[in-house]
Amino acid sequence: MAESDNIVAETAEKIFADLADAQTINRDNKGAWKAPLWQALTEAGLPLSWVPEDCGGSGASLAEGFSVLSAAGRFAVAVPLAETMLAGWLLAQARIASPDGEMTVVPASPKDRITVNADGSLSGRARGVPFAKAAKRFAVLASDAKGNFSIALVDAGKCRIETGLNLGGDNSDTVTLDQVQPLTIKPAPQGFDQTRLMLMGGVARSLQIAGALESMLEISVRYSNERVAFEKKISKFQAVQHNLARLAGESAAALAAATSAADAIANATTFNDEVFLEAVAAKIRCAEAAEKGGAIAHQVHGAIGFTIEHILHRYSLRALAWRDDFGSESYWAVELGKLVAARGADELWPLVASR
Amino acid sequence: MTAALRFDPIRLPSECEQLRKEVRAFLAEEIAAGTFDPHKPNREDTDVPEFSRKVGARGWLGMTWPKKYGGHERSFLERYVVTEEMRVANAPTRRFFVADRQSGPVLLKYAPENIKMDILPRICRGEVCFAIGMSEPNSGSDLFAAKTRATKTDGGYLINGTKIWTSSAHIADYMIAIFRTSPPTKENRRHGLTQFLVKMKQPGIQVNPIGQITGQYEFNEVVFTDHFIPDDHVLGEIDGAWKQATSELAYERSGPERFLETYYVLTELVRAVGKNPDTRSAEGIGRLVAQVHTMRRMSVSVAGMLQAGKEPVVEASIVKDIGTVWEQQLPHRVRDLAAFVEETATNRETLEKQLDFAIKTAPKLTIQGGTTEVLRGIIARGLGLR
Repeated sequence: MAESDNIVAETAEKIFADLADAQTINRDNKGAWKAPLWQALTEAGLPLSWVPEDCGGSGASLAEGFSVLSAAGRFAVAVPLAETMLAGWLLAQARIASPDGEMTVVPASPKDRITVNADGSLSGRARGVPFAKAAKRFAVLASDAKGNFSIALVDAGKCRIETGLNLGGDNSDTVTLDQVQPLTIKPAPQGFDQTRLMLMGGVARSLQIAGALESMLEISVRYSNERVAFEKKISKFQAVQHNLARLAGESAAALAAATSAADAIANATTFNDEVFLEAVAAKIRCAEAAEKGGAIAHQVHGAIGFTIEHILHRYSLRALAWRDDFGSESYWAVELGKLVAARGADELWPLVASR
Repeated sequence: MTAALRFDPIRLPSECEQLRKEVRAFLAEEIAAGTFDPHKPNREDTDVPEFSRKVGARGWLGMTWPKKYGGHERSFLERYVVTEEMRVANAPTRRFFVADRQSGPVLLKYAPENIKMDILPRICRGEVCFAIGMSEPNSGSDLFAAKTRATKTDGGYLINGTKIWTSSAHIADYMIAIFRTSPPTKENRRHGLTQFLVKMKQPGIQVNPIGQITGQYEFNEVVFTDHFIPDDHVLGEIDGAWKQATSELAYERSGPERFLETYYVLTELVRAVGKNPDTRSAEGIGRLVAQVHTMRRMSVSVAGMLQAGKEPVVEASIVKDIGTVWEQQLPHRVRDLAAFVEETATNRETLEKQLDFAIKTAPKLTIQGGTTEVLRGIIARGLGLR
């Protein structure tokens, strides 16, 4: 495992190692591991990492929170930690205090819109909302007829939730708000819009994918050094070595793109084209790496990696599922391509070489 | 346990931004003066001595070397900025590029003082061109199978044999080459090769040009017949070249030249699609930009880690592996998208000419300076597989 950057991430790593061991979770089909894990994370203040202390959170920096998400990806954590962190962060933008318990953000796709009605209630439908069913509260970003954005805290019980599952078997639900009165609603800060939320969510998912790929590389290397075929370890076959070298390349690309984007967002003073490039490039490249890298991890494992008993799917399928959240790579590629074209050919390199 | 890969998110320090402006202004002046055309990567004569001297005069050669040898004691990140700006502009760097990146650092480490004082300041002034003598007709990737002999004689060595695929040998003033001084041993097949500084344009050296599929003549066969090299031109340990070959590779492998070689076709495609691309073009361009951005951030990260005194050998090999595969595929992906460009696009002809050249260039990118197969072997070793 990569060395942790800070004490917050070290705390997260330790909790995951103790309570989110992939083998243990994979054998537990009743989900008994979930409550103790969530309790430990809550006691450590991790779900509200990005919430200032005066809003009920632990006031960690963006950078510290991002490294928690990297660790969560390395363990393919299947509780709404990233989602609650994002929700707390969103609420904090409008100085709304975060309640205890699981939260998620609505909407979770750039294509869905939640509307603020004239009476202050909220309406709209959001698809693919991660862990909506497990969440007690939603952090909602909504806009009125004039396009002004508001941030609201909403009781999940007031919304209609149609459950769905993503590729990794985690909840990815459709949330419908029909004139729901929020618990609290405040104007979003100047310039804050849905793109900002989507890109923050996208960077979170990029870090998680990169973390999952780190683990896929590690368990694939380990397996290749154990498995014997044709009277030698399969790691000694050049074809296998080169496949694993390619997996290392995909893992490296995902790691570099995701951590660079996280660093860009954590240190951004304005939300300009350069930060946009960092965030969407991370989502695009990490999604591509999830496909290519995951395929190699499975190839190295052979049939055993295709079984429900083996832990590989915990990483490979979640990495694939996370591609879809907060805008897929295809969606963001179109947006990035439009931006690049609008800036013009001679402004492409200055954008790429901006930091 | 796998050693974790590291790609620290390096931010270029503020001095790099001022430098970048200076480099761009200089290149714009040179383009305006007709020194080179950034839209024509396929020009026949890439050796422009006057340009080389101007770059030296700006202080952009030997940037990281000690001042006593003509260097400028600046950071690797500053050198990185100069390198990437030159590459993206398709500037004619052939005369100085190898000396600045590779040969100078080898001399700094292994050459005797008198040679360092003689040659390094001239590299910094952009006056000398270097070639690298590694491959032979029967040894390419298998470097340690080299057979060209260096036989001890009074005051030096006599060289006999042939180097091949030697870029720039026809214009080079010097070559850094490995020659066989002893047979390999049973225990160590890499033993017996020694690194030498060769003065080109001397008796006993014949350079024969070799045409490439691009129509260019950049590489050569170099035949040595009783060519004399004095003792003080030995670089490092006799028979021990294998110990010296690896440490510089991180610099050589991870630079911007490892993913920007065909970049110009992407710029030209963006020009051709105009301000309002259709969905397919936008999606294709978006992905390519995301990919090149990621490559660059990886490459900058390795440069930053090197500057910080780390040795990211595996990371550097990964940058070259995926960077060269990417720049090799780029012209084909751009061609896919160019199929939908309007016939009326003003730069259509430029784009097509560039694509022809880039597609012809592409096969060499995963061969030169260490093949994909060799790199993946190094990465596999780093992963603990061999």
